[in-house]
Amino acid sequence: MAAVQETIEQVRGIDVDQYRYGFETLIESDKAPKGLSEETVKFISEKKNEPAWMLQWRLEAYRRWLTMTEPTWARVDYPRIDFQDLYYYAAPKPKKTVSSLDEIDPEILKTYEKLGIPLREVAMLEGVEPKPGEEDPARRKIAVDAVFDSVSVATTFKAELKKAGVIFMPISEAIREHPELVQKYLGSVVPTSDNFYATLNSAVFSDGSFVYVPPGVRCPMELSTYFRINERNTGQFERTLIIADKGAYVSYLEGCTAPQRDENQLHAAVVELVALDDAEIKYSTVQNWYPGNSEGKGGIYNFVTKRGDCRGANSKISWTQVETGSAITWKYPSCILRGDNSRGEFYSIAISNGYQQVDSGTKMIHLGKNTTSRIISKGIAAGKSQNTYRGLVTAHRKALGARNFTACDSLLIGDKCGAHTVPYIEAKNSSATFEHEATTSKISEDVLFYCIQRGLSQEEAVGLVVNGFVKDVLQQLPMEFAVEAQKLISISLEGSVG
Amino acid sequence: MTALLDIRGLKAEIDGRQILNGLDLAVNKGEIHAIMGPNGAGKSTLSYVLSGKPGYEITGGEVFFNGEDLLAMDPDERAAKGLFLAFQYPLEIPGVATLTFLRTALNAQRKKRGEEELSSPDVLKRVRELAKQLSIDPEMLKRPLNVGFSGGEKKRNETLQMALLEPKLCVLDETDSGLDIDALRIVADGVNRLRAADRGMIVITHYQRLLDYIVPDVVHVLAAGRIVKTGGKDLALELEATGYAQYQSEAA
Ligand SMILES: Nc1ncnc2c1ncn2[C@@H]1O[C@H](COP(=O)(O)OP(=O)(O)O)[C@@H](O)[C@H]1O
Ligand SMILES: [Mg+2]
Repeated sequence: MAAVQETIEQVRGIDVDQYRYGFETLIESDKAPKGLSEETVKFISEKKNEPAWMLQWRLEAYRRWLTMTEPTWARVDYPRIDFQDLYYYAAPKPKKTVSSLDEIDPEILKTYEKLGIPLREVAMLEGVEPKPGEEDPARRKIAVDAVFDSVSVATTFKAELKKAGVIFMPISEAIREHPELVQKYLGSVVPTSDNFYATLNSAVFSDGSFVYVPPGVRCPMELSTYFRINERNTGQFERTLIIADKGAYVSYLEGCTAPQRDENQLHAAVVELVALDDAEIKYSTVQNWYPGNSEGKGGIYNFVTKRGDCRGANSKISWTQVETGSAITWKYPSCILRGDNSRGEFYSIAISNGYQQVDSGTKMIHLGKNTTSRIISKGIAAGKSQNTYRGLVTAHRKALGARNFTACDSLLIGDKCGAHTVPYIEAKNSSATFEHEATTSKISEDVLFYCIQRGLSQEEAVGLVVNGFVKDVLQQLPMEFAVEAQKLISISLEGSVG
Repeated sequence: MTALLDIRGLKAEIDGRQILNGLDLAVNKGEIHAIMGPNGAGKSTLSYVLSGKPGYEITGGEVFFNGEDLLAMDPDERAAKGLFLAFQYPLEIPGVATLTFLRTALNAQRKKRGEEELSSPDVLKRVRELAKQLSIDPEMLKRPLNVGFSGGEKKRNETLQMALLEPKLCVLDETDSGLDIDALRIVADGVNRLRAADRGMIVITHYQRLLDYIVPDVVHVLAAGRIVKTGGKDLALELEATGYAQYQSEAA
């Protein structure tokens, strides 16, 4: 802890509030009345100063939602959610502030330390308040500089993005500033009527990101670091819309490897991606929400609808996900391969431990000619968890020459967990070629012993073997993130053996 | 002088079947002991019990490693304290590059001993040197550990790990099996380079051949879970001529 201790000293003087206010819009603390009604929807829309068309859109979704029932086909089990017992709008609460890192749960600090996250960032994420009157000018300068660094980095990012013509802002702002783009694309991939949770999200979504990359532009940076800093408090009904215009390219990184604690139990996000002719979108997620305690109490329900539309010819959408958190995960990032020669990819690592339940996979809908898709899924089940891969690959009548390759590998750690593979394949034309491979194996005691004989602890051995198992997918992540994800995988498997 | 390894009356069973039947053996620093014996005698079992593989039940006896109670230590602690087992059948770890494995193991041991961890470039430098001595192609270090390696490559890799980890006690279980004469020479040279005044070795083998290259100080015959005969290096030649039949009947 020596290095950590030193940095703790340094962050004591950080002016965290200045940092926070520099980034986030202040909304006066307000809560909508409990429960869901047209009034709630109007309240949200009003709070956000939305134009009339947006309110109309939300209300239609709400009315639609009233006619729908909660899906039950996933292999997950949880008590019924009382949708009238939830708050649908609360101004983002500033995180509970503490005056120094010493007040933060040592367990959480340990996790940050293992992830190698710089402590100034820990202080930001955990909301450490500056100590008034603590004056060590030299030390103070270092710390403040560090924070200001992040601020200036973010500002530089903004300027650079603007120069390239890339629009990157909260969707609530985009609704006001770029209504023509939002109106054209919002709900065009995941219609308001799509499914129970997506429809709910359409009615009450809080905020999220909006990205538009103009024709021929290669986004000059990963939309990641900046986002990582800003991502706190996105709320439980996140809505993200990313459009890559003709010939554009963007790589977007969602999430944060740091532990994410949230008081909202139900999360129902919608992410829509649109790739026009020759465009490419790479979307990477690391999800590390609270999984619940060791008895299976608490934890986030993560019911997400993510879909990409390869609308143009030769377009490409690639999803990469590392799912280690949440009590329940219900998530199928999908691709509609509409444009001829378009390509969809899904790379997934889903880890479940304790009492976690994961039902995740993808859909590859081949509509255009010579469309191709590739699915690489690695499921790891430990503890008493259940881990299901659910995938759908279809080829439409006109999708001549469609090709898919699917490889689903499951690894079991211990004998109280379960891994399941549920692939659906439909080809409506005979020229489609679909290949599917699946394996399920138990982590080998002999391999673990071999590692342990070389000096690794049981947990280090499991971490090493699992990281080897998921290597093909980790390689899809942007470099600096892959390293953190690798550590996160080891951490999330702690206590899975022994 | 305390022996490096002191085994007294060791009895062990697996799945309710007794395999070691009161085994005594003492190895001093600087010595190489060969253990020979028929198939099924319990040679591998001895190596597993010493290194702490789960599944074995110790039903009697004691083992001291540098004067400490070896059987009370966790297996990774035994490794960090310098006990190394070269496996008869080295295991494969898909997706984990050989170099990554070597670095992880070395640093895991160093961390447990309270030593500073070595940086990746430092580890790479040491591994490169050792690999060269063992005629291991540096490209092999990038390949996943033991995956698709030939029998000879696996055994050379075990020797590489042993050289990098610099253990106090090396237990080599049938390191010669599956090696052609050239590979055997390379591996034996590697082992001989590790001979040192403060290091002991137990070389388990079924055949005398290996002992032409790794010349032992003491030779033991293990049969039916016990050391039944001990002698000098000539004992190995004697066994080559007479076979193990007499010991098998003696034990039964
Ligand atoms: N899991 C087990 N259950 C029962 N017997 C076993 C088990 N594993 C090994 N044995 C037996 O233990 C004996 C000794 O095996 P081993 O130590 O591998 O012999 P060696 O290495 O000398 O050839 C053999 O008879 C073998 O069949
Ligand atoms: Mg054997």
